[in-house]
Amino acid sequence: MADSNAAQLIVILLLALLGATAITIARMRQLWAAVMLTGVFSFLGAGWMLILDAPDVAFTEAAVGAGISTFLMLATLGLTSREAKPPAAFKPAPLVVVIVTGCALVYGTLDMPYYGDPDGHIHAYPDPSYIVKTNGDNGDPNDSEGEIKLPNVVTAILASYRGYDTFGETTVILTAGVGVILLLRRERRTTEQPEPPSADADRGGPA
Amino acid sequence: MSHEMNTVLGLYNYWIVIFLMMTGFYVVIAKGNLVKKIIGLNLFQISVFLLYLSMGKINGGTTPIYPDKSFFADLQDQSSTMPVYSHPLPSVLILTAIVVGIATTALALALIVRIHEAYGTIEEDEILLQDQEA
Amino acid sequence: MNHYAILRIVTKLLIPYILLFGLYVQFHGDFGPGGGFQAGVIFAAGIILYGLVFGIGAARRVAPASIVERLIAVGLLIYAATGIAGMLKGGNFLEYGVLAHDAGHGQHWGILIVELGVGITVAAVMITIFFAFAGRERTE
Repeated sequence: MADSNAAQLIVILLLALLGATAITIARMRQLWAAVMLTGVFSFLGAGWMLILDAPDVAFTEAAVGAGISTFLMLATLGLTSREAKPPAAFKPAPLVVVIVTGCALVYGTLDMPYYGDPDGHIHAYPDPSYIVKTNGDNGDPNDSEGEIKLPNVVTAILASYRGYDTFGETTVILTAGVGVILLLRRERRTTEQPEPPSADADRGGPA
Repeated sequence: MSHEMNTVLGLYNYWIVIFLMMTGFYVVIAKGNLVKKIIGLNLFQISVFLLYLSMGKINGGTTPIYPDKSFFADLQDQSSTMPVYSHPLPSVLILTAIVVGIATTALALALIVRIHEAYGTIEEDEILLQDQEA
Repeated sequence: MNHYAILRIVTKLLIPYILLFGLYVQFHGDFGPGGGFQAGVIFAAGIILYGLVFGIGAARRVAPASIVERLIAVGLLIYAATGIAGMLKGGNFLEYGVLAHDAGHGQHWGILIVELGVGITVAAVMITIFFAFAGRERTE
């Protein structure tokens, strides 16, 4: 059904490891270890992404998930606390919600095309020839009907066809960066604030 | 092979991804520790990425990077066939989603740091208790 | 982490290659796997690794916060300016075809510049977030 038996075996192995990691993370109270396992989870996910023919996404996930987000969470733990409180009592409501949602989603997949099925809707619409149309360069030097003429279709779509979308995403990243600066950086203010306000009040201190 | 067997072999990847998603979801709604909630959101997020990408996969497919001219020279010699490409659109969507995801995760973690400074705890129930007392 | 000799030396060996790979991913992204988002995080990961091993002060000297914070806006402005350049040349916002003498070349230039803008913003935001978290002290 899939590419080959070896590839299928690797996929099943990766999925099993992903499942085991997820359950361990969910059960763990040592936050430090849970964060490290989240990095492992990202890395395993990146491995599967490579098999899913998405190398662009795979190494972004490896750099972000295993690198930057692990560091950020460890830094947060360093600034707050390292261990979660032991749970008070087992509450069944969340588990029921999760199982019901999961069953609904599984029911939804029954109509979906099989994994890797070339007849699936996603591969039929739009017409797969758009990849050739994107590049146009089919070996004939006189042929110039391509629209973008770049080998990497992912980059062509990201920056050109979906240029507005990418512009918006970059703005979101900028906004998040500004938000973090506003929340966490107060070096200048902390050096000024410890002054008691009473002395300054008479002289009309800064508002 | 029976119909049921085909269904299981064809859809197992979605089911496992849904299981991973629901594990993340459970952590978000059942755990009281704020960092743990963010970890759960992260799990959920990565699972959604995997769901999208696994929909774009095609059997015998390859990365959507168009070959150069030398490949077409070979093609005319009948020594190779035109490759089949996995769908590039999920890659595009998820690529931006990953980077936006880490930026917003950073924002959430920054909020948690500030909450800890204000309340001295990152346990949800203790924060709510302090709010009620105030 | 100054007393971990192996960590320090291996990091020193690795960082040039991480940064070089980041630049390769950035500028070769049209032809191989890569682009601005990927390059930005890889480049930032190189600086973050340096900061983790050699201390936040050393990383601040390499990437001064005042410059990095300006670069966040510069990247987005490069992106927007590319779009406006297309408008000035008679096309629509973010229409790259009009940027050069023929549409294919215009697309090449447009995508290269836009991806550079994305890469600068992403790298600068990641480095800024790193400084913000690493520079904060624990309060009780």
